[in-house]
Amino acid sequence: MSAIIELEAVRKTYETGIVRVDALRGVDAEIAEGEYVAVIGPSGSGKSTLMHILGCLDVPTSGSYHLAGQDVSAMTEAELAEVRNRRIGFVFQQFNLLASMPAWRNVELPLVYAGVSRPERRERALAALERVGLADRADHKPGELSGGQQQRVAVARALVTEPALLLADEPTGNLDSESTVDVLNLFDELSRLGRTIVLITHEHDVAARASRRLVVRDGNIMTAGAA
Amino acid sequence: MNWPETFRTGAEAVQAHRLRSILTMLGIIIGVSSVILTVGLGQGAQDEVKKQIDSLGSNLLVVSPGSTTSTSGVRGGFGSASTLTLADAQAIADRSVVPDVERVAPVTSSSVSLVNGTTNWTTTLVGSTADWLPVRSRTLESGRFFTRAEVASSAPVVVLGADTASELFTGSAVGQRVTVNGTSLTVIGVLATSGSSSSEASQDDTAVAPLGLANSVTGGTGVSVSSIYVEGAQEATLGAAYQEIQALLANLHGVTTADADFTITSQEALIDTANSTNRTLTVLLGGVAAISLLVGGIGVMNIMLVSVTERIREIGLRKALGATPRSIRRQFLVEASMLGFAGGLVGVVLSVIGARVLPPLIDQPVSLSLLAIAAALVTALALGIGFGVYPASRAARLTPIEALRSE
Repeated sequence: MSAIIELEAVRKTYETGIVRVDALRGVDAEIAEGEYVAVIGPSGSGKSTLMHILGCLDVPTSGSYHLAGQDVSAMTEAELAEVRNRRIGFVFQQFNLLASMPAWRNVELPLVYAGVSRPERRERALAALERVGLADRADHKPGELSGGQQQRVAVARALVTEPALLLADEPTGNLDSESTVDVLNLFDELSRLGRTIVLITHEHDVAARASRRLVVRDGNIMTAGAA
Repeated sequence: MNWPETFRTGAEAVQAHRLRSILTMLGIIIGVSSVILTVGLGQGAQDEVKKQIDSLGSNLLVVSPGSTTSTSGVRGGFGSASTLTLADAQAIADRSVVPDVERVAPVTSSSVSLVNGTTNWTTTLVGSTADWLPVRSRTLESGRFFTRAEVASSAPVVVLGADTASELFTGSAVGQRVTVNGTSLTVIGVLATSGSSSSEASQDDTAVAPLGLANSVTGGTGVSVSSIYVEGAQEATLGAAYQEIQALLANLHGVTTADADFTITSQEALIDTANSTNRTLTVLLGGVAAISLLVGGIGVMNIMLVSVTERIREIGLRKALGATPRSIRRQFLVEASMLGFAGGLVGVVLSVIGARVLPPLIDQPVSLSLLAIAAALVTALALGIGFGVYPASRAARLTPIEALRSE
């Protein structure tokens, strides 16, 4: 299996005035296509920074990051936007759905930025909603859906562009235990279908679902082994 | 994100906060409609002045005594000297000397009391010639005007203005008699109303009599006249007539045109004078309105900045999903210009309504011009874009992380 993600000596340093924070101190990691990886670590460990870099929301201070063979470590803001649009599907802890739009329009949003035509967008959005089992909720606004359903809409949105990487940042952090199981089962299923998933969490039972765990501590990956 | 999508997103954002959008547009609405109405009022006033002056008679020149500027540079009183004589009028009427003149009507005027039995009415008695009627572009409502023969013989006849006639007589005035300073005059005609607005009321409150008779009744000299109305042969040659009269009178009075003891005024000059006053007022009021439009634009910027702050998570999300800084900037710019343009449209609609409703209330005509409307719309749009630039680029500059992180 070829590597989707290759991190080499990735460092990230924040400088706020006189304080210098080394959030990542030379991280090396490789994630293969189709892997289901959990990134765990306590808060302040650099796990969020790692997620930002993996998600192309930020660029490393030094080191290189190849996503699907493409070096993204020195890209401009506009180039990164395109990579995020085409290669990465995000699932956030806060769902981040736009409250004024029905589910299907939330799902089609990445396709709007990809320049897909309207009829095709609707078709693909409905297909993605069907895949997460919410075909009958396409016209509901986020406020009319339960937390678990909202997060499944967010997963549909992440899948609609057929991205190389599904990046989930604490996807169950705002869900009750029933919805958590619901969403994690969905991830299991997607993983079985061959999706590459990176899941950031601080809950060990959530991480236990993944095929591999990366433990981040003090800006470094401590252990990388099979779960 | 292409343009149609951007416009759709912008329209949705405007609709999503309907009340706030309307309040934001309010400044633009008020600004646009007040600019259009102010310009419309100014234009209406100018049209009215032109109409009034046109109603005095087209291609008319008025010769008045007194100089505009004395040699010392001090402006003499308009009509302060009685330097115009009947002989001047007769000289102007000579077609071989002044070929571009059609008719000449020398005029004297004085305030008199007209008496009919116990009814007493003070008005202006105008003494003139038979040409007065066509030169002043007046028509008769009933009866007839006095003839050249009656002017020559100073016949005791009088033609009354419509208001004067109705003040003095209950029925038809023609054939009745009025007494002026002890002289009994026969009313031979009544003038039709001049059609001018209230400010020209004196046009309808007047009495016109043969020049010689008017002089003898009011104790005038019989030599000097208060002004000479001259009708040019054609509007195109009015300038030539002006110069011919100027040269002739200067020659007759033994003065140079530079220190002439008379003033020739054309209708155009009157219009210009009246319009320059109007223009000053229009510019002043329009300036105030324009400032209110500017304030409206600042309101748009203010709300757009609030909107950027409020939708910071949405901006972060859109960026995470692949929105480039450019498309975010565009989205907010389009939203701001939509607010500006929609405000402009509503302002235009309001001003069109205002132009219908206001004139009877303020007794002033309002004439809307398409140019003013188009200019106001373009300005509103430009304000939206102009004041949208800063909020939009602030939204575009946000990094996705800080935008997503904020609560």
